[in-house]
Amino acid sequence: MTTSTIAGRPVDVNEEGFLLDPGQWDEQLAPELAKLIGIALTEEHWKVLRFLRDDFAIQGETATLRRTSLQTGKPVKELFELFPGKPAKKMAYVAGLPKPKGCV
Amino acid sequence: MRSHGKRLLVLGAGTAGTMVANKVHKRLPDWSVSVVDRDDVHDYQPGYLFIPFGKQEPGQIRKSRRQFLAAAVEVVTGEIDRVDPEGQKVTLADGEVLGYDYLVIATGTSPRPEQTPGMLGEEWHRSVGEFYTYDGAVALRDRLSRFRGGRLVMHTTELPIKCPVAPLEFTFLADDFLRQRGLREQTELVFVTPLDGAFTKPVASRELSAELSKRGIKLETDFLIERVDQERQVIVSYDEREIEYDQLVTVPLNMGADFVGRSGLGDELNYVPVDKHTLQSTAHETIFALGDASNIPTSKAGSVAHFSVEVWLENFVELVEGRPMTHMFDGHANCFVESGQGKAMLLDFNYDVEPLTGDFPLPGVGPLRLLKESRANHLGKLAFRHIYWNALLPGRPLGLPAAMSMTGKHQEEK
Repeated sequence: MTTSTIAGRPVDVNEEGFLLDPGQWDEQLAPELAKLIGIALTEEHWKVLRFLRDDFAIQGETATLRRTSLQTGKPVKELFELFPGKPAKKMAYVAGLPKPKGCV
Repeated sequence: MRSHGKRLLVLGAGTAGTMVANKVHKRLPDWSVSVVDRDDVHDYQPGYLFIPFGKQEPGQIRKSRRQFLAAAVEVVTGEIDRVDPEGQKVTLADGEVLGYDYLVIATGTSPRPEQTPGMLGEEWHRSVGEFYTYDGAVALRDRLSRFRGGRLVMHTTELPIKCPVAPLEFTFLADDFLRQRGLREQTELVFVTPLDGAFTKPVASRELSAELSKRGIKLETDFLIERVDQERQVIVSYDEREIEYDQLVTVPLNMGADFVGRSGLGDELNYVPVDKHTLQSTAHETIFALGDASNIPTSKAGSVAHFSVEVWLENFVELVEGRPMTHMFDGHANCFVESGQGKAMLLDFNYDVEPLTGDFPLPGVGPLRLLKESRANHLGKLAFRHIYWNALLPGRPLGLPAAMSMTGKHQEEK
């Protein structure tokens, strides 16, 4: 575990930079996290991030790409455009949530 | 408190459902136990992997479901329409209604090629092959027997899938098969995965990646398929990468049974959300999901079905006798990974402990090796078919503890 300073305040992150405590996240932190991976947040990004935060609060785990697509009505293709390359990981990172579980 | 004359209804007579029905009948002889399935065909599914390489005959892996169920277990043949959890009843497609006191959903998971555009079509079971069904495995055997080199691509659509190590095993066996036929030089073998490595967990991913590169197999990661273009013989990802194939071997999206979704009991892939330690539905206390049908975060594998049914049975007996359930399933999975040339590796893990290297079950002795190739592992895998038909399904004890043990495992520094 390391402590990193993001948006002028200390946050605990794991070796990949994911927040260890989703409770340390707020809407001021998201643009800074997004910037670190080269994304400028738009309203379309925010729709996804808000869904992820709300869903996590209920389900206790990070939504998969499929779940996010179905629940937000955004095609997977669009999620790839918003969060290029590795959308499931990048969405979770910006939302301050654990990396979605790779199932074994 | 004894419970008299109650009814357990089991949906699905595969590995988990058959074990549940037989074990409950034995432990609670005054209960009536009924099982519903759509047909009377029970396949030894681990055998599908060997069929494309001519290493197992179709006849060795296919038997009747009925012959593995205790005579007192009622078998109902029919298509399940829906479950009514409040009314505690199940309706079949032909209108028949079956009531229950407790319900076990054990209808597994199945490949859904129709969920990926272009996967089904003229070339399905031809240049677009698969080995997760009996027919697919047999069709792929015929394709491989005529294969003369080119690009052979092993592709996985999305996790979770049944037996997550099978795509790796197929690739290792294909490498061996092609070498034996003198075709390896003319073949480019490619392993395509939606994951960021050869496997989900770090130690296994590292060891298995090394096995792929040792064999000259190309690894393509983070590939999430959007469609198959059968005409151009390419698979296309959402981020517009294309991979060419001469022979594609795909694992389609896996989903639980449709009636689960229709009944409002499933998640977006029709898996039943359950408590991962008791396998009890999070929504209805009279419903359990065992085997591949639930959403527990471990492998969808026969070993998980086996270990979890043993733990579940103890809890179930407590529950019906009015006591609290005191047993906890730990997510234990134990998977042989065929690696070709008469060898295999072994993975042993649970919810908390990833697959590690070491010896199994005894340190320094084995005789099986964890995450390393050995002949003994391969023989263990082959022997299991016999054990499956003759001991596992009838519910005889195998002497394997349900809970995972750390004995013999090498722990790594974090």
